[in-house]
Amino acid sequence: MLNERIKPIVMPKWGLSMSEGKVTGWLKRPGSTISIGDELLEVETDKITNVVEAGETGVLRRVLGEPGTVYPVKALIAVLAEPDVPDDDIDAFISTYAVPASEDDGEAEAGPQYHTAETPAGTIRYAKRGEAGPTVLLVHGFGGDLDNWLFTIDALAEKATVYALDLPGHGQSTKRIVDPSLSSLSQAVLGFLDAVGVERAHFVGHSMGGAVSMRTALDAPGRVASLSLIASAGLGERIDHGYIQGFVGATSRRDLKPVLETLFADRGLVSRQMVDDLLKYKRLDGVDEALRALSASLFAEGRQASVLAAGIADAGTPTLVVWGEEDRVIPADHAQALASTAQVAVIPGAGHMVQMEAAGKVNALLKDHIAKAD
Amino acid sequence: MSRKISMKQAINEALDLEMRRDPTVIVMGEDIVGGTGAQGEDDAWGGVLGVTKGLYAKHGDRLMDTPLSESAYIGAAIGAAACGLRPVAELMFLDFMGVCFDQIFNQAAKFRYMFGGKAETPVVIRGMVGAGFRAAAQHSQMLTPLFTHIPGLKVVCPSNAYDAKGLLIQSIRDNDPVIFCEHKNLYGLECEVPAESYAIPFGEANVLRDGDDVTIVSYGLTVHRAMEAAAALAKDGTEAEVIDLRTLSPIDWDTIVESVERTGRLVVVDEAHPRCNLATDIAAFVGQNAFGALKAGIQMVTAPHTPVPFSPSLEDLYVPSADSIASAVRRTLSPKGASPRIAA
Repeated sequence: MLNERIKPIVMPKWGLSMSEGKVTGWLKRPGSTISIGDELLEVETDKITNVVEAGETGVLRRVLGEPGTVYPVKALIAVLAEPDVPDDDIDAFISTYAVPASEDDGEAEAGPQYHTAETPAGTIRYAKRGEAGPTVLLVHGFGGDLDNWLFTIDALAEKATVYALDLPGHGQSTKRIVDPSLSSLSQAVLGFLDAVGVERAHFVGHSMGGAVSMRTALDAPGRVASLSLIASAGLGERIDHGYIQGFVGATSRRDLKPVLETLFADRGLVSRQMVDDLLKYKRLDGVDEALRALSASLFAEGRQASVLAAGIADAGTPTLVVWGEEDRVIPADHAQALASTAQVAVIPGAGHMVQMEAAGKVNALLKDHIAKAD
Repeated sequence: MSRKISMKQAINEALDLEMRRDPTVIVMGEDIVGGTGAQGEDDAWGGVLGVTKGLYAKHGDRLMDTPLSESAYIGAAIGAAACGLRPVAELMFLDFMGVCFDQIFNQAAKFRYMFGGKAETPVVIRGMVGAGFRAAAQHSQMLTPLFTHIPGLKVVCPSNAYDAKGLLIQSIRDNDPVIFCEHKNLYGLECEVPAESYAIPFGEANVLRDGDDVTIVSYGLTVHRAMEAAAALAKDGTEAEVIDLRTLSPIDWDTIVESVERTGRLVVVDEAHPRCNLATDIAAFVGQNAFGALKAGIQMVTAPHTPVPFSPSLEDLYVPSADSIASAVRRTLSPKGASPRIAA
């Protein structure tokens, strides 16, 4: 079949709630030769703007997605093919391309996007993607939730079974935190793994989630196959006190937006939807108490209470450290704390949310690290 | 977990959650139980439009059907609040406020002030407002300006189910009297609402749409008309910022002024009568505090200075429409927009 040599580029699905996206501009011209990982175009969703990278090679034969136009997820926006594929075949492919069934139908087939697990720490919400390969657990940071992995989870799930959870006090998990310590969060994570029947996983932790993952590797080394620490807490004492206080204290969009802009190198990435979603979370009963308790215990006076780098260096767990060079919350030089024992990558042009801002690069590093460590 | 529910369900859920959380919360009003629990009655209306349906089965006698005397039971609710309960009194149609207004504006609104801050009156008076329901002149008014005028009262008017739940929970937890205005034509409107409890603070407007060309401020039902107008204007290249006030007292002046300082143009939409309403109030405030930012005269889109008509065709013309809002925006954009204009 000729069709196999024609590779559709479709509107991606970032995160569990995305149903459509707007093409904001093309970074490659028709006729360009494309390699895997090349930045093709920018897409804006109601949550965030990001770059679509090529997953296949070929020549960009047709560009169909008009800048400024909104397309449903999976709509055909460009076509890649080798130069010897005839134009007629490409036109025939385009004219017969059917956008796969809508979001709702897909959800009905694939089952619900979010699940909940009953654990000793309370109800934990999680997402699970992928069926085969090694098991990976994504642990978000302070004030975050599993949607912080919206550019990560599907990419890793191509070759792994990936779980992402909301920690206690976060997202749509229980808001009750009996003991606001890394140990108690780590116990909650292990309780979650027990509940979903996972003995051992590759831990990927962002910010506070990195410190939780390290705590778990030290306390239950048999359950942590590897560590991927992204802009992680627990590698040094410094943390931006203003960010923590601002995040905990903000009750309005006006207060919260500048705080969230600290998270990104490109402040323009903070969309209204992102601010609104976080405000909706912060208004839930119990969240304010949980965030105040955690920040007082872990980040009092702008200093991190737990530095675990030495223990991790001794433990010998295969470790990857990733940082955004322009991180304004936890300084990128903390990455060097594990330079002698871990693979360290500092990515220019990205801030604290490096897994979102440089998703393609971070995903490649994670996939490589997990494959080697497994 | 979040799911889609109507504004009516959201209000019911807020009452249920707060009654579960706090044993001092009681609910009272005319037919809010509606015969439930009487012999042979397993279920009943739960208020004229069923907003309180099912709550009696969960909370029993903490819901009270009252005699048809607003002056009696609103007074009782205010007295109970002054003595430590958190009553939510349903006034059915807020148009009925007239017969019990002394209890509200001369008693509840004054207690904290006249007792030197020692008295609190955590009462919520909720009821229906607004036209478009074919309910005629005595059941259709938007009387929000009357309540907003009184110091000591807080006034809330949500435009959607998410806000209704969070604002009603905040209203019940608030230690001052709150008038909670529910637009009856929004009861069926659904949106994503978390199942958990959450409170939306008062005095924080919601910016529903970003735009740099003109600011449209509204609340309640007409927020949706403003959004329709903004969508239509966007096709012509005009980007309107749409602000939903959510609470009228306290009011979020900062959000309004910051927006107008950026756009230079203001259209205020109010379903109330045109004299001494939220539109005139906001127009005056912006005129006084952000005059230098204005590139054109402020436009007000309101109901006319008449009672709400019973004739359906006239009632449809009565409530500000998306077209009338879009026209007002175009007036601010035309070269003549800067000159004074006599209101139609």
